[in-house]
Amino acid sequence: MMHWIIAPVILPALLAPTVVLAARYHIGIQRVFSVVGVLALIAISIGLAWQTSDGTVMLYQLGDWAAPFGIVLVGDRLSTMMVLLTALLALCVLLYSIGSGWDNRGRHFHALFQFQLMGIMGAFLTGDLFNLFVFFEVLLIASYGLMIHAGGNDRLRAGVQYVLFNLIGSTLFLFALGSIYAETGTLNMADLANRVALIDPDETVGIRVAAVLLLLVFAIKAALVPLHFWLPSSYAEAPAPVAALFAIMTKVGAYAIIRVYTLVFPPEVEVTAGLHDTWLLPAALVSLALGMTGVLAARKLDRLVAFSVIGSMGMVMVAISLFTPEGIAAALYYIVHSTLAGAALFLISDLVRTGRGNLDLTAQPAMAGAALTAALFFAGAIAMAGLPPLSGFLGKLLVLDAAFGSDRMVWVWVIVLSSSLISILGFARAGSIVFWKAQSMPATEAEMTRPAALSYVAVGALLSLLIAHTVFAGQVHGYTTTMSQQLFAPQEYISTVVDTPGKLSTPKEGY
Amino acid sequence: MELLVASAIGILTAAGIYLMLRLRTFPVILGISLLTYAVNVFLFASGRLTVGAPPVLRDDMTVYADPLPQALVLTAIVISFGMTAVVVMIGLGAFLGSNDDHVDDQPAGSEDRT
Repeated sequence: MMHWIIAPVILPALLAPTVVLAARYHIGIQRVFSVVGVLALIAISIGLAWQTSDGTVMLYQLGDWAAPFGIVLVGDRLSTMMVLLTALLALCVLLYSIGSGWDNRGRHFHALFQFQLMGIMGAFLTGDLFNLFVFFEVLLIASYGLMIHAGGNDRLRAGVQYVLFNLIGSTLFLFALGSIYAETGTLNMADLANRVALIDPDETVGIRVAAVLLLLVFAIKAALVPLHFWLPSSYAEAPAPVAALFAIMTKVGAYAIIRVYTLVFPPEVEVTAGLHDTWLLPAALVSLALGMTGVLAARKLDRLVAFSVIGSMGMVMVAISLFTPEGIAAALYYIVHSTLAGAALFLISDLVRTGRGNLDLTAQPAMAGAALTAALFFAGAIAMAGLPPLSGFLGKLLVLDAAFGSDRMVWVWVIVLSSSLISILGFARAGSIVFWKAQSMPATEAEMTRPAALSYVAVGALLSLLIAHTVFAGQVHGYTTTMSQQLFAPQEYISTVVDTPGKLSTPKEGY
Repeated sequence: MELLVASAIGILTAAGIYLMLRLRTFPVILGISLLTYAVNVFLFASGRLTVGAPPVLRDDMTVYADPLPQALVLTAIVISFGMTAVVVMIGLGAFLGSNDDHVDDQPAGSEDRT
């Protein structure tokens, strides 16, 4: 049994207390620990992704207990790709927070950052629903601390809303888990997949309630309309690097939906028939339209970016709710793009805040470092709005192509295309007010701070990842296609988890 | 006993949701606490209701209590307890900072901050 698969969980879990206990008052040492840890995470997750790229399913039984009784970690193509994406995003965000000095404006940034990574990695790797709940809590608890990092009244108020909303979400999750356990007697995902298929079609009330509750919980995480209300103010008020890291948290919700609804409740299971096309697709289309309209309506740059995240999550969910292999492949391509683009835009809006002191979309004198910031914003906005030549355009094409020929094709095409137009208008309006109108304003004498060079390096790294995602789109999409084939043929996953022997499977004499 | 447990869960949930829909931090936190109590009892009941049965399997034993929900409830209790403490602290901080305990965003320039 390979032990590397648990390293993405263990490494941050060990680093965080080390940072708190050993380097509490030394920001330099904390930074070194954090960066080295994230670099190691990247190396490990590249290794894991390499190992699973040929389609093997990696299994790790904690304490060597056999599957339905013990907790398992499972790595397949999808989860290792998400782990790699998280690690790469974490490095850029960490560099930015060091460059901009955000990590030194409050206590324990690096420890909370590592705990956040631990929760996200665990959520991607776990093969057990209750364990998924625990890792959700780990990432949420760390995110509560990160959300109110550096304090301030507005941030605390937004923090209260964020925490309360997520507490309600966690309670719903527990209700869902309780009803699933009452109906099936197991919480291991692979074991659940076997048992749900066996449920008598006449007695499906409990399991249907559980499936819908679970979908609600994941939709809260993915900020799907009408469960998106927590996102705009908390992402806008959170410190910029934290908001950028949160860009992966909405994707945890999307990942959980893909995982559970391909493995446990696949579309052909009659219990949950109609859940995707009747409920999920309209909700996703509404979030896409509402998010992009919010981009046009926003009065501050950080709100604008937050609404664009809702819109791009809507796009991801449209692709997911088609629930065809092509749709999932397109969704996975778009998830990578939307994470990188959303994070880059949050960081760029913080560059603007550093340069001119606020984020109001009003004409103000030219800010410090305007030329470079404007160029970066231009690239980020092109990516997010989905214009050629960046990956947003390709992702959107893939989504449209996946919807081609489905029953709801007209709705999908009309809403995707018109909301793209609206978001282009929104980004163009914001960019021209912030960067162009500044040229016509009289210059002020006020001292302006220029963002640090390392901040630009971090944003540049995110944008170059986006460019790589565009240049190698063929290979990436080929890989996500094999990924969705693996998701739609879960027999290997299930048999690897359930049939691998562990402590319990060979009882000894007199046991 | 089924009636007692079911109505306890139902009443706790109803009261919790009612309190959650108030717009001040204190009742909302109380509501969430009630809701977590409800979910704890619910999780407990998900392993079927048994009275006086041991949670350990042995030979020639026919009635036993499912131990797994008990472990799940323990985890849930710890997490919800910690989270309630966190939200109380953040809520207190927000209240002391802005002298306003509304959960929702107040319209800009509103004078009523009591």
